[in-house]
Amino acid sequence: MRDDKKQGKRSEQAPDQDPAVKYVDPLNPKQQSRRDFLEGTGTAVVAGAGISALGFPNAQAQSSTSGSRTAINVTVNGTGHSVDVDDRWTLAELLRDELDLTGTKIGCNRGECGACTVLMNGEPVYSCSQLAVWADGANIQTVEGLAQNGELTPVQQAFVVNNGPQCGFCTPGQLMTATALLNRNPSPSAEEVKDAMVGNLCRCSNYNAIVEAVVMAGEEGGVA
Amino acid sequence: MKALTNVNATSFAEAASAAQSARQQGQAVAFSAGGTDLLQQIKDGTDNADVIINLRTIGDGRSIGSDGAGIAIGGLVTLTELSQDPLVLSGLSALAQAADSVGTPQIRNVATLAGNVTQRPWCWYYRNGFNCFKAGGNECFSVNGENGQHAIFGGGPSYIVHPSDVAPALVAFDAVFQVTGPNGDREVSAEDFFVLPITNPERENSLTENELLTGVRIPTVSSSTVSTYHKIMDREAWTHAEVGVAAVIQRDGNQVQNAKVVLAGVAPIPWRVQAVEEFLAGQQIGEAVAREAGEIGLQGAQPLSNNAHKLPMISAAIERAILNLAAG
Repeated sequence: MRDDKKQGKRSEQAPDQDPAVKYVDPLNPKQQSRRDFLEGTGTAVVAGAGISALGFPNAQAQSSTSGSRTAINVTVNGTGHSVDVDDRWTLAELLRDELDLTGTKIGCNRGECGACTVLMNGEPVYSCSQLAVWADGANIQTVEGLAQNGELTPVQQAFVVNNGPQCGFCTPGQLMTATALLNRNPSPSAEEVKDAMVGNLCRCSNYNAIVEAVVMAGEEGGVA
Repeated sequence: MKALTNVNATSFAEAASAAQSARQQGQAVAFSAGGTDLLQQIKDGTDNADVIINLRTIGDGRSIGSDGAGIAIGGLVTLTELSQDPLVLSGLSALAQAADSVGTPQIRNVATLAGNVTQRPWCWYYRNGFNCFKAGGNECFSVNGENGQHAIFGGGPSYIVHPSDVAPALVAFDAVFQVTGPNGDREVSAEDFFVLPITNPERENSLTENELLTGVRIPTVSSSTVSTYHKIMDREAWTHAEVGVAAVIQRDGNQVQNAKVVLAGVAPIPWRVQAVEEFLAGQQIGEAVAREAGEIGLQGAQPLSNNAHKLPMISAAIERAILNLAAG
């Protein structure tokens, strides 16, 4: 299902953007992405089967009773999709499991951590706490919709420069909330950044770097 | 998540009828507007909805407008909209501040006025699947258990605290709640909307099972009226009130003509402190008066074994709210 070539291409392109990060990892001389590596070893298949056992959503696996289905139309990163969704699917599950947009992460899966934040009609929402069927007719933007032709947006670039990601799991959600903020307030103060991003937790506690990154992105001209 | 069916409603009346027919067929039903809390309850198994009636497909109930009689606010107005609306900001500061203090931007972008006011309690026993009064059982586990977040006023037999920040502001503004059910519409005052556990330990308000809150109407607020919502939390953001105070004061210069003071986080319903209101009438707002009002706010307090820490918070919150409303 997943477009391995596309994924691989993207991960290989990134180092070329900035000469400073052009190096060869001695443990990973082919510069495979973590995802390429996992898929290559077949780990992804095992992980897929085990996900529901860990409490992460796999809608079909969780109940033997089949739910209602509804045909919806949703625009994701500018592309229209007509999808027949199970009514119990969350928007996060639709994005990840059906549309293969795995950049959106599921952390707590209960509207508390913010890792799953996407923009719905321009505003940040927790995609784990929205049913996919409620997104009928909506315009969704995910982290995959930020960089265009391999060029990072200023806030993505500012996250690189300021070491915004540590483990990186919260980063897609942080980026989406920051993007919405910068869209309406192109040069926010640190206080305004903290206010706007209070709904995105970072378990590595890298908050200072994240705030500095978003402030820098604003100083350097916002998201556009 | 369990299997369920989403039904998109196109009007409040249709939503109420759809809920009634689904229940008649033996199905568990939930209304959903923002849905954030509901989905967590379904995932946790504390709400067993087979059918979700989706209200966001309804065209009505999304506007804020004024006429000669006051300000009408649709039940589906989001908390983000409520906290940024010019009419609310200019005339109903306490309501805007209360809405802005809820959860996080992501939650406020979808959460609605009606959903906030009718959300279920956040007692950790109820939320963790204990078969308590709120879950249809016959016991409140907080009485002999962990009750640090539980009621100081109005408790028994259940000791939950009402979780809404918006509701105390609505009570303080004498709002009228509009309700739609399968048999038509009715109106009820904000104060009568909420019910104590002594009346009904299972529910927090007077809605019957197929009824919905569709909007509120706030009578005209005079130009000499000022208001504020002061919320004390156990962290800086993103949680319910340890103690909240909605204060609405009509004043002449610094002299109080009329005051409404309603607490959040300390009782199973938004809790009016009438002794404070009566004390304030005729007083000049100042530090000594504010402090005394805070002390009077403790009259009738009955702390449980682990929640007496809220007492000084109640006094401090009332004192700060009143000082916030001093002229000039």
